[in-house]
This record gives sequence, C-alpha cells and structure tokens, in this order.
Amino acid sequence: MIPSLPRPAWLRAATALYVTAFLTFLFLPLIVISVFAFNNAPYPAPPWHGFTLNWFFADSSTGRVGMFHDGELMRSIGTSCQIGLWVTLLSVLVGLSNALLIERHDFRGKQLLSIMMLVPLVIPGVILGVSILAFASRIAQFASGHLHLYLRFLRPGLTLVVLGQFSYIATIATLTLRARLSRFDRTLEDAAMNLGASRMAVFRTILLPYLRPALIGSAMISFLLSFADFNTTLMLVGGNPPLTVLMYDRMHQGATPVLNAVSVFLMAASALLALALMRRGARRGTA
Amino acid sequence: MNQPDLAADAVVKRYGEHVAVDSLSFAVERGSFFSILGPSGCGKTTLLRMIAGFIQPDGGEIAIGGKNMRGVAPNRRPVNMVFQQLALFPMMSVGENVEFGLARRGIGRAERRRKAEQMLERVGLAGAAGKRVDELSGGQRQRVAIARSLVLEPTLLLLDEPLGALDLKLREHMKIELKQLQAEFGTTFVYITHDQSEALVLSDRVGVMNQGRFEQLGTPQDLYYRPASAFVAGFVGDSNRVAGRAIAVDADTVEVETGEGWSVRARRHGPAAVGDAVEAFIRPEAATLGRLRNQLPPDQPAHEGVVESLLFDGAKSALLLREARSRREFRIALPQTGQFADLKPGEPIVFSFDPTRATCFTVGSDGRG
Amino acid sequence: MAEPAAARARRSWRLGLLMAPALAWLGLLILLPHVELAMLSFRKQIGPREYVPSLYQYRTFFEQPEYWHTFVRTAWMSAVATFATLCLAFPIAWVIAKITRGRASAWLLLACMIPFWISETVRTLGWMILLRQSGVLPALLVDLGITSHPVELLYRDATIMVGLIYTSMLFMIVPLISSLESLDNALIEAAYDLGAGGFTVLRKIVIPHAAPGITAGCIIVFMLTLGDYITPTLLGGKDSGWFTEQIYTQFITRFNWGQGAAFGFLLLGLSTAMVVAGLKLTGQRFGDVMGRR
Repeated sequence: MIPSLPRPAWLRAATALYVTAFLTFLFLPLIVISVFAFNNAPYPAPPWHGFTLNWFFADSSTGRVGMFHDGELMRSIGTSCQIGLWVTLLSVLVGLSNALLIERHDFRGKQLLSIMMLVPLVIPGVILGVSILAFASRIAQFASGHLHLYLRFLRPGLTLVVLGQFSYIATIATLTLRARLSRFDRTLEDAAMNLGASRMAVFRTILLPYLRPALIGSAMISFLLSFADFNTTLMLVGGNPPLTVLMYDRMHQGATPVLNAVSVFLMAASALLALALMRRGARRGTA
Repeated sequence: MNQPDLAADAVVKRYGEHVAVDSLSFAVERGSFFSILGPSGCGKTTLLRMIAGFIQPDGGEIAIGGKNMRGVAPNRRPVNMVFQQLALFPMMSVGENVEFGLARRGIGRAERRRKAEQMLERVGLAGAAGKRVDELSGGQRQRVAIARSLVLEPTLLLLDEPLGALDLKLREHMKIELKQLQAEFGTTFVYITHDQSEALVLSDRVGVMNQGRFEQLGTPQDLYYRPASAFVAGFVGDSNRVAGRAIAVDADTVEVETGEGWSVRARRHGPAAVGDAVEAFIRPEAATLGRLRNQLPPDQPAHEGVVESLLFDGAKSALLLREARSRREFRIALPQTGQFADLKPGEPIVFSFDPTRATCFTVGSDGRG
Repeated sequence: MAEPAAARARRSWRLGLLMAPALAWLGLLILLPHVELAMLSFRKQIGPREYVPSLYQYRTFFEQPEYWHTFVRTAWMSAVATFATLCLAFPIAWVIAKITRGRASAWLLLACMIPFWISETVRTLGWMILLRQSGVLPALLVDLGITSHPVELLYRDATIMVGLIYTSMLFMIVPLISSLESLDNALIEAAYDLGAGGFTVLRKIVIPHAAPGITAGCIIVFMLTLGDYITPTLLGGKDSGWFTEQIYTQFITRFNWGQGAAFGFLLLGLSTAMVVAGLKLTGQRFGDVMGRR
C-alpha cells in the first residue's frame, strides 16, 4: 500500500525484489547486446573471447567488416534517417494543423473527425501497410491505363514507406499537440492583442513559443517511431531497405556481432538525444 | 466637463434572449478612476470586453478619447487591459512582457529596453526585467501587468477584477497601491469588480450594475448615503433590511410596519403611499444602543431586544440582537469606545434608529421585489 | 450581426485551410485504402484481369484449418500476453505512482522507458542472443548444472510469450501510471481507516478508479501483440503461426492480394471487436480512452 500506511517488512522486501527482477528483465537483452558487440568472436554468443572494436571499425583487411565499413548497413541508416525526417516534418505540420482545427474551431462533424483522427492507432500496422500498398497500386494502374502516366513513386519504395508511417504517426503528433494546446490560456491571446499584436504576431510571439515544447517533443517521438517502425514499412519497402528491415533480414540469416554494434550505436545515439533534451528542459524550466 | 476619455451611448449586447448589456450610456472623465460594481453575471465583463474590442456591441456607440471605436480591432484601440488572471506571458521574462507592446509598435530594441526599465522602476520593480514571471510574488505580478499596459501610454486602462486572485491581506495592500499608481500616472482607469469595498475605496465615481443596466452612477458617498434603489442599498455596504407596508408617509420619511406589527421610520426615496409594499434598509451604524431608555435620543422611537451574540472584529465590531416584538435579528455597529464590549448573550437591551440614515423604497417601483 | 461579413469570410477560409490536411490524411491514407482493401477481399479472379464479386476469399479461410487455426491461436496468445502484461506491469506502475516520490519515481519511470527508445528489432536481437541454443541462458543452465547440454530456448510458445510481454510492457505501464496517479491517497487512507484490508482496497477502490487506464492499456497491448510481426517470427521461428505472417505471405510472397486482403479484414475485425468490447465492458468512450495517452 501507500507509504502513509503501515507496510510490513516482508512487503517492502518483496517490493524491492520485484522491482529489481523487473528491471533485470527490462535491461537484460540490452546488456547482452552491448556485451557481445565487443566480443572478439565471429558470433554473438558466449564464451567471451576478449575485447575488440572490430565490429565497429574493422575494414575488410582483417576479414571482418565493422559497421562503419559495411556499405549496405550505412546506406540503410541513411535511408532510415531520410524517411524519419520526412515523416517527422509531415506529422508535425499536419498534427499542428489538426490540433488548431480541433481545439480552436467549431464546425459540423467535429466530433466525428476528432474520433477519425484516433482510428489509425487501432489499425494494426501491417494492415495500414497492405491497404496503402493496394490503394497506391490501384491509382498507379489507373494512371498508366487511362492517362498513360507512369507514377513510379506509387510502387513500393521510400515515398510509400513515408506515407505509410505518417498515416499513424500523425495521430500521435496530433494527440501530443492537442494536449498542450488544450491547456493554453486563451486570455494570453486577448492580452497580446490588447497590447497591439496582430493575428500573425500573436501566433508567432505567443502561440508558437507556447507550443514549442510539444512541437519538439512530437518531432522527437515521430522520428523515433519512424526509425523503429517495422510492420508498416515491411509491406511498403522497395529495393532500398531502411535499417529495421535490413536488420530483420540479417537476423533471419544468422546474426553477426555487427548487428550488436549497430544496436549499441543506436542506443548511444538515443541516449545522447535524450540527454540533450533533458538538459534543455532543465535549462528552460517548466516553460 | 471637458472631453471625456470614454463615452458609451446606448450600448447593447444580447446573447439570444438574454440581454447582457441593456442600452447603457455613461461617460468617464479624463484622469478619473471609474469603477463598475456589480454581482457576477450582471454584464460588467461583457461591457469591459466591448470597450476593449473583444466583443462587438449589437447597438450603440463607444468612443474612446473622442474617437468612435466602431469597427476598430482590439489591437488598434488606445486602451490596454489588466486581465483577471493577469495573463502575463509565461514564456517571456518580465522585461519581455513589458516590452511586448512596444515591440508590436515597431520600436527599436534599445528604446524598448530603456522604456521598459523606466516603467518597471516606476512601479517599484527596478532590476526585475531579467526575471521569469513565475519568480515573482502575486503583488509583483500585478505590478508587471499594470506596467506592461501603462508603458504604452493608453488613453484608458481597463482592469478586470485584478485583485480577485490575491489573498485578503495582499488585496488590501494592492488596493492602496493601485490608487497611488493611478494618482501618479494620471491615466483614466476603468475598473470592474464585484467587491464593494474595492469600488468604494478606489473610485472617483462608481456605476452599480445589475442585469445589464446601471442602478446608480455616482460618487462612493452617493452610493453609501443616498442609494438610488433597493439593489444599491442592499449591495453597497451592510444593511438591515426590513420589508413591510407603509403606514404613514410624510414629506421626507415613511413609517414601515412589518407583518408582526413592529414599525420603523426611514427616509423616503421616490413616491410612496400609505398601504404600499415597501422595504427599508438600515445601516448598522444608524442605531444607538442603550441599557436604559433614557440613554437613547429622545426624538427617536425606542425598541427593545435581547443580545444574541457579540461579533468582535476590532473597529468593525458589531452586535447581533433580536427585536422583542418582531423576533427579527438586527446587526448593530458597536461604538468604538468599547462601551458595550461587556454585553452577554441573553441580556436585554434597548436601541433606536436614526431615520435619516435609513432609506425606504417602494417594492416593485423598480421592477424588483 | 455581431460579426462583420469580412471577419466571417476570413474565419471560414481559415477553417478550410486547416481542414484540408486532415481530410487528405484521413481520406487518402486511411479511408480509401481500406475501401480498396475491402473491394479486393470481396472478389474472385475468374480469368486474366477478370473478377466477380464473391465471398470466396473468406470461404477459403474457414475451409483451410491452417488459416483459421493460426487466427485463433494468434488471438488467444495475444489475450494471454495482454493479461500477463497487465499483471506484471501493475505492481511497477503502483510503485512508480504511489510508493516512490520525486526523483526516485522519475528515475524508475525513465528506466522503464529506456528500452523502448530502441527499436523492437534490436530488443528482439537481445532475446535471441540470450535464448538460442548457443546463447547465454542455455550456457548458464549448463554451468549451473541444471541441464547437461545446452537446450534450445527459442522457437517455443513460451518464448514468443516472453517476447510479446517484453515488447508491450511500456504501453501498459504508462496508462496505468496516469490513472493511478490521479487516485487520491486520501481515498486509500479513508478505506484503510474504515477497516478495509489491502485486498479490499485494491478491489473496491483502486481497480474501479484505474479502470480507464487498465482498459486503455489492455486495448493498446492487445492490438499491438495481435499486429506484431518481428517478435513472433524471430522468436517463434519459421512456424511461429502468427496471423500477420500469413498476411505477409499472401501479399508479398504469393502475390495473392485478394486472400491477403480478406485476412487483413479478419484481423482488423478482431482488433476492432476487442476495442469495442473493452470499451463496452467498462462503459467508456473511444475518444476518452485514446485521447488520454
């Protein structure tokens, strides 16, 4: 129970034990990945053969190819970043527009529209992927059959992957931005106007700075979700796989420690990003 | 009166069937402190927002500094407003808040900074420009909100119950500070509040608002000593209300008799005839107390009662007593000499009222009961 | 009128401008693609580029035990995984929301979130290294003398289950925490004061209060496990028997889009049914539960 009520010693001990076990469960896979990224053996498996950075930096001269010399792998990271940036840009812009639409305007069918905006979250990603695949192919067929237009971007590839991920990540960006906007004190806008600000100036000097944390937050979530997406991407991917899909393929073929190295690299990047954001947050206080 | 800073002419605002502001006309003299006093829902906020330009009136005209404001957007009006919750911008520093309006006018950074610092100094916040808004105390925020508006040198400063969010002690303090600020700057203040004490203390003139109209427009003294309606008499200051029928009417006074056959005389306001339903409002300080009849003024009828309780509140101490005949409860101010401080509940007591400090209104003549 | 015509025109122009992206997004990427998917699923090919409306694809599903067995198995395992996740997540959510304070609470929450900053692919790689025959746990079991030779811990249903629970954990913890945090401690103290024991407090006070969070968490976790692909295929191996794999096979490997579309709709139907049932059961509205996240 809660700390203000008497808790018997066994309950405290059990709680501590459970929390420890739970954290072990959460971190065990990550620890194992990290450890075997530095193991001097061709397979990510025990026993320990000594420390090496080969799986990061080796060029083919040693017979091993580290991740930074693995062209296919590096290309896929680039692809993932490229997809992530587009998805982030689209999701945040559409999310902002949606948040303004739902929180600031009244119109017929608003209730329905705001519920529709949540629907992508409850559609399994695989189905989002195949439905967009099928629809895009229908349009492409129509364009080539009736208009003699060959729309290559409607074939599986980066454009479709971006659209597929955006179709549900936009919902999450919308929710994040709506939550912040709904807490906005509208009298701040009245006050700004009262002090002589035009509509544009109010948007630029009051609303955008207020939404800034949510804009940054939703951009970050969007990028992370895009980077990690697999289900939707798998159905729409063309010849140029992003990192998750490439890793999946290689894991099917039998993993090498290079994948561990990539994973460690990703963890470090995420941690740095998180740290940077937290320091930012601490500096700016709660605003 | 020279050119008024604010003039409203037959201003109307309706929300469906409900008339929020009902054909209101008034003028506010340059440099004065004008309050609009009324209970919540009386339309005072609507009126203020129409002056600020956030709401368009359905009819009538508003002129500020002699210029008609019809069709003028809120950001182009020579008025600034101190909001109820102050509406300081939390994402900006104190200095940026004060500079905000200047920046919108395209004034250069150095000039802006100089003016803002000057203004902060004038409201007693020198050196606070770099602070965050949430580092300030309630009273300091209040001053920032006022500085932010006054730095723009508006013709008119609107204040929307700005003391409402403060605790009692600070509110009393800020009342005085507001009055001093207004005197110092000489800007015309239009202040809305539901707190009669704020209105009385601060204002040169007060409009008492009820159901979209002004019940009375006058100096605080007018409202207190010469209320123009039963509503004003009841709303401004404490009163003992006695409802009954008029049993005698002369040039100045009416004698009111309650259902229980107890009667009291009060100054007549408006026409009244014998038999009319009337109500009298008697100020707590209009009574004289005594242990014996001969301690009361001989020209006032004496009443008998029993002490119910003693409400000690320093200079505002009062006595609750029950009149013997009507069984009514009266609130009587205790003399500051401490003369009756030893009264005990249950003790018999006599008292009388000064008819000139009580006012009698005919019920229904102003549309209310 | 209160609003001049010009201002009204500006307003409706702004409304249209904000409405366009929302309608394009939902119309072109959600609504129409699903209409297309529905059309694909309700037809049968009778010749080259010749189709007739038919329930053939759905009939195939019911006539082939392989298909509907996989479907039922997926649903059942998802339900079990959801329940297990709830049971495991609840104590942690309780500790974070009610027992620890300030920094400790924030750190614990952060610790729970860190693994989910990293993609599911990476996390699954970790489990593979841990569990496969040449992996860490089998070696440990031999070292401890529990087994005489390394056993294969991958490709078992229990392994899939562990992976699913692991992957879903955060999506259960977060809604649970937010619903538990809003529970006033005074209510628990009052119940205790009135003589209730721990179990009664849990049943009468905590669970009714946390019901919206529990529902939200269960809906999300069930949906995610149902639609999961990586965890079952990698931890369960070739014959994991997960329904999303069937959809992939039909669409991508066999290029049988009609059959794949029908499978997609069946999965979507099940997922929607569970969402609706979950909401009905606790008497909540979709917008409230989802918007809460």
